Amino acid sequence: MKTVFARTPTLKDCPTHYCPGCGHGIAHRLIAEIIDEMGIRDRTIGIAPVGCAVLAYNYLDVDMIEVAHGRAPAVATGMKRTNPGKIIFSYQGDGDLAAIGTAEIIHAAHRGEQITVVFINNAVFGMTGGQMAPTTTLGQVTATTPKGRSAAREGYPLQIAELLAILPGAAYVERCALSGPARVRKTKGAIRHAFELQAEGAEGLSLVEVLSPCPTYWRMPPAKAMEWIESEMIKVFPLGRLKG
Amino acid sequence: MCGNEALAEAAIIAGCDAYFGYPITPQNEITAYMSRRMAEEGRVFVQSESELAAINMVFGASATGKRAMTSSSSPGISLMQEGISYLAGAELPAVVVNVMRGGPGLGNIAPSQADYFQATRGGGHGDYRTIVFGPSTVQEVADCMQLAFDLADQYRMTAVVLADGFLGQMMEPVVLEKKPGRKLPPKDWALTGAKARPQNIVRSLWLPEGSLEELNHKLQAKYDRVQADEVVCEQYDTEDADVVVVAYGVAARIARSAVNKARHEGIRAGLIRPITLWPFPTEQISMAADELRIFLTVEMSNGQMVEDVKLAVNGKAPVLFHGRPGGGVPTVEEILERIRQLSIPRRVRTA
Amino acid sequence: MSGRITINTERCKGCGLCVAVCPRNSIVISKNSNGNGYFPAQAADTDCTGCAACAIVCPDAVIEVHRDDPANIKTIAGPKNKSRVSLVEEKA
Repeated sequence: MKTVFARTPTLKDCPTHYCPGCGHGIAHRLIAEIIDEMGIRDRTIGIAPVGCAVLAYNYLDVDMIEVAHGRAPAVATGMKRTNPGKIIFSYQGDGDLAAIGTAEIIHAAHRGEQITVVFINNAVFGMTGGQMAPTTTLGQVTATTPKGRSAAREGYPLQIAELLAILPGAAYVERCALSGPARVRKTKGAIRHAFELQAEGAEGLSLVEVLSPCPTYWRMPPAKAMEWIESEMIKVFPLGRLKG
Repeated sequence: MCGNEALAEAAIIAGCDAYFGYPITPQNEITAYMSRRMAEEGRVFVQSESELAAINMVFGASATGKRAMTSSSSPGISLMQEGISYLAGAELPAVVVNVMRGGPGLGNIAPSQADYFQATRGGGHGDYRTIVFGPSTVQEVADCMQLAFDLADQYRMTAVVLADGFLGQMMEPVVLEKKPGRKLPPKDWALTGAKARPQNIVRSLWLPEGSLEELNHKLQAKYDRVQADEVVCEQYDTEDADVVVVAYGVAARIARSAVNKARHEGIRAGLIRPITLWPFPTEQISMAADELRIFLTVEMSNGQMVEDVKLAVNGKAPVLFHGRPGGGVPTVEEILERIRQLSIPRRVRTA
Repeated sequence: MSGRITINTERCKGCGLCVAVCPRNSIVISKNSNGNGYFPAQAADTDCTGCAACAIVCPDAVIEVHRDDPANIKTIAGPKNKSRVSLVEEKA
């Protein structure tokens, strides 16, 4: 028997604090695998957001920094500009990137910073207890939309990928999902492409938006959460390579 | 070369690797000058989308071991307070220049010293300190930059340089040369990619029970060392002074003229001029208060440093205040008049 | 071609994603809980092909996948695509 699948070294061999079925665990693994496959562990610096993934540095065995809520793209700018040879990636949730950090991500893309952003869109604020995020879908019940999100009161779900794709500085923007093996493989391909662009020194920012399940605050068993991405979320956040 | 430009050139001489800034009067010359000169030096200049982004860019650059700075003016510095608190929590070196202007709110663009509390008490959250310089001449502004970078690296802290509209805009002769810096510890904590070493983590989140408390004790021990070793203060004519004026920055220049005039009138006046506003020269002022004296604090504000003077004097002597807020500038004549009033009781007692 | 998976049952949180995606339904949720109180997944060893679908969706990277070593399988090129492996017989 040959082992065809095992934990990759950059993913630390320790339990995670994530809820059962949470997409962060999958995304972390993909990033770790990519870093090992590209052999860039010794020149990669990761940025952890404020949110469920704030403890990402406990799981990804690369140099990491944890920054103020929403400010990762600015921190990444400071890092990349002074260290062009390093691979800088920012790992952010939808509260971090699409709510408080919108100015930072738009301007990082606007300036065409040569960084890679992995944007985990799970349509809620996880760490703080399942509040509405800018990407919460219409009708979705959250801690702050007890009657379901209504466009009249809370506006429409924010489509970050589309928003950034129109910026010339954004070189590569793709939206994918974690809702099944095939989707996960495609997500890995997209994130890998983003990292490769940066490694080759390509101009511009690369961002991969990843639709990710949050069983706890969607109030669904993990498998159902995966189905909900397929049946509902993708309608609001169509998958595909928007740019580059 | 105006003060702002001298400050910027001094930063470059001090080895500043990266400048991140956002336009705001009266510090625009720094940003403009840096955009030209940093490119010439092959170093990093970024005009950010906000001061909030600027301080976080400093955070990122500093975390990789680079010397990074930003400059702004009062309202912009308010936007940076969150970032400065994170810099303190993550123990990252940084230099922040505040060319102060009239406040609160949008205020005006006149010189002011009303950000003293914000700088020395920390406008951000949590128990933290920043080293704060209050230079009063363009030469001193330039000298402070080198010291600011060195102390920031040595103590892994943020160093704030408080200038104001006057210092920023005025032209004065200044000598800009590389002074021998301090011997600084290596930055083995920096994020450079975990090459043949375990991962480095720069963070300020300490969730486990007691771990943040432990960090705070560690920070406090550091701050105590800075308080003990790094105070810089000038005492002018204070040996036999009956009235001691305490002032910093431009207010100190005006006060010095008033002290000189008072001396001509036979009044024994002196000036204590803190150059580091934090660590504050508590000891020097306390010793000065041992002899029977009266203290007059002069500031371009409604009175902020006066509280530190009172803390230092600790009731041993009266501490009065004279100041002009909102961009107002006290005149020599005003200060001299106050000195005259304060010195009369002293003369009666000895007559 | 047959495969086998090993599950680190102590660290598994019993989220059931592997169970849901296994094309051969050869993973079940165990009856007894692990040290953390989760009911972990368990390989049912019916006819796992080692396709690794389970491991790919596992949020906690607790599944290792093993597959027969292709070296000891005689391969005959498939009709359309030369490189595709098509199992004819398995050597000892």
